[in-house]
Amino acid sequence: MPLKPISQISGRAVYVPGDDVDTDQIIPARFLRCITFDGLGEFLFYDLRKDGEGRDRPHPLNDPRFAGASIMIAGNNFGCGSSREHAPQAISKAGFDAIVAEGFAEIFFGNSSTLGLPCLRASRQDIQSIAAAVQADPSIEITADVANREIRFGDTTIPCNLPEAVRSGLVSGAWDPIAELLEGDSAIDALAQSLPYVGRPRRPRAPMRNEE
Amino acid sequence: MGKSLFEKVWDAHAVRTLGNGQTQLFIGTHLIHEVTSPQAFGMLREMGVGVKFPHRTFATVDHIVPTNELTEPFSDPLADAMIKELRKNCREFGITFFDLNSGRQGIVHIVGPEQGITQPGCTIACGDSHTSTHGAFGAIAFGVGTTEVRNVLATQTLAMSKLKVRRINVNGRLNPGVYAKDVILHIIRVLGVNGGLGYAYEYGGEIFQAMSMEERMTVCNMSIEGGARCGYVNPDEKTIRYLKGRPYAPAGRQWDAAVQRWMAFASDPDCRYDDVVTIDAADIAPTVTWGINPGQGIAIDEAIPTPDSVSPDRKAGVEEALAFMQFEGGRPIKGIPVDVAFLGSCTNGRLSDLEEVAKYIRGRKVAGSVKAIAVPGSQVVAKIAHEKGLDKIFTQAGFEWRSAGCSMCLAMNPDKLIGDQVCASSSNRNFKGRQGSPTGRTLLMSPLMVAAAAITGSVSDAREVFAVKAR
Ligand code: SF4
Repeated sequence: MPLKPISQISGRAVYVPGDDVDTDQIIPARFLRCITFDGLGEFLFYDLRKDGEGRDRPHPLNDPRFAGASIMIAGNNFGCGSSREHAPQAISKAGFDAIVAEGFAEIFFGNSSTLGLPCLRASRQDIQSIAAAVQADPSIEITADVANREIRFGDTTIPCNLPEAVRSGLVSGAWDPIAELLEGDSAIDALAQSLPYVGRPRRPRAPMRNEE
Repeated sequence: MGKSLFEKVWDAHAVRTLGNGQTQLFIGTHLIHEVTSPQAFGMLREMGVGVKFPHRTFATVDHIVPTNELTEPFSDPLADAMIKELRKNCREFGITFFDLNSGRQGIVHIVGPEQGITQPGCTIACGDSHTSTHGAFGAIAFGVGTTEVRNVLATQTLAMSKLKVRRINVNGRLNPGVYAKDVILHIIRVLGVNGGLGYAYEYGGEIFQAMSMEERMTVCNMSIEGGARCGYVNPDEKTIRYLKGRPYAPAGRQWDAAVQRWMAFASDPDCRYDDVVTIDAADIAPTVTWGINPGQGIAIDEAIPTPDSVSPDRKAGVEEALAFMQFEGGRPIKGIPVDVAFLGSCTNGRLSDLEEVAKYIRGRKVAGSVKAIAVPGSQVVAKIAHEKGLDKIFTQAGFEWRSAGCSMCLAMNPDKLIGDQVCASSSNRNFKGRQGSPTGRTLLMSPLMVAAAAITGSVSDAREVFAVKAR
């Protein structure tokens, strides 16, 4: 099942400042009480965007100048904390097609890549310069070039970092590995045979005990 | 040259190399819970694909279960829908489910080890970042997202890039009143919340040798808070002793063969690590976080940092944390009033945690201003604690004694902070809003420090409150 290749994303951007933005901030736990990902976009950064009464607080995502942005600019260690895929899902469902940050937490990075939401890394200084350009002119068009690993806006080109395995997956439309994993079926069976603990289905047989 | 445990386990589970250079890695053991699995089953149905090895997936329910009122339907219709969905998925796909009436339900990372499902040399995945806990047994255990849960259900494999290995030695002796929780908070403080990026952490040295399995689990649990995808301790005699006789551990003739295989996974003495860090146990004090990430920890007798006391690139982070916590930089952490004390979670909700606290709180009383709750991590922990009379000790001291679940660790159930309450918590995350109130404030610490805060009504040195002597 080939997917749509993702080699370049162009659009307006919004800067969400701060380091160590964790997934509890991206999508607070109470919104995880769901059995589908639909509708999560509405709750993106909810507790930062809304006060106790549900009124808007000052936040870049509430700022009309940045409405409709499709690229999110962020700080270091973005997406740390819980492994919830609800976080990149909320970002994607809120209309974002790429994230550019100084750094990403590992599970968040993997989750996003598998969804076809590219996560590009740029230096702190370069993040600041993109942020400054976006603040100065929110309508400026930013291009996140996945294929060539760079960000472009105006006359500026900024290099960014994206592991080759992820880059090639995105540009070839193979960012969701499931098809390839399924193809390995016979090799999977062979490996399973070599692992005694995998064995055949069986039931527990001993009573409960909990001391060392 | 020898190999590390990580490399041995990786090699034994590598199915093949994928087109993009990643490895298709076999996941021998898969754990699921109600929060991150329903969408994965939905995707399977959409694809028309079944579960490849249903007997290698084990399910339980932990995040959303109420801990005081377990009759169904739950008062929260969303939570009720989630448990029903999990039941339905397990039934339909033939997956073992430790349901509420099983006597084995609990936090997934407590259930796996106590059932003997977690074993040395295996690969484990779970749609939960604290899957790193299972590394205490010398397993390579990863937290994954929901799409990856789907991948494991459908193929029992994941597409992964190999990690580097950092050996973290902690040598010497821990001071009295210093616990496994302090060790890992200290490690995260030293190496940073993203210091582990790209690494598996191998914990070794005298301190880890001396630790019980439950203490090792506390440390491995919080590897993810240090940015490492997984953390492990090499299997030894204690690992074997812990597993013997557990429901899902091998038995009879298979036991000896398994033990031999397990021990062979331990890192070879001459293996090469990508990095080695050595920490002196004597430097570790009871540690408390003052800020909004787990790296913002200080010793109990230290003062909260000021924005000027840290390097310029961390200044903004300190300012943000102080503003959120409403703390004044420069004041001692000791003496900060607390409103809630939470004892539980997959970090510190095991029997030994409750026992250790019970030893000291007998005859003491929780301060009138504090709401204190003790939440056993699993039904098995709850049952044994009850048999030992621990529940009585806790309730007599003024703690509410609850039933098993994640509870106030992330407050997806009714246990929540209110407003900007301050919570002394034995859990693993102090992020903004983590404990259910967007303005709630969390201070991470060891179980005994939580008890000390509960009894005195403010952050206190447990060594003084309880006159802790050398162990
Ligand atoms: S106890 Fe907390 S950290 Fe552990 S699994 Fe539950 S919610 Fe996650």
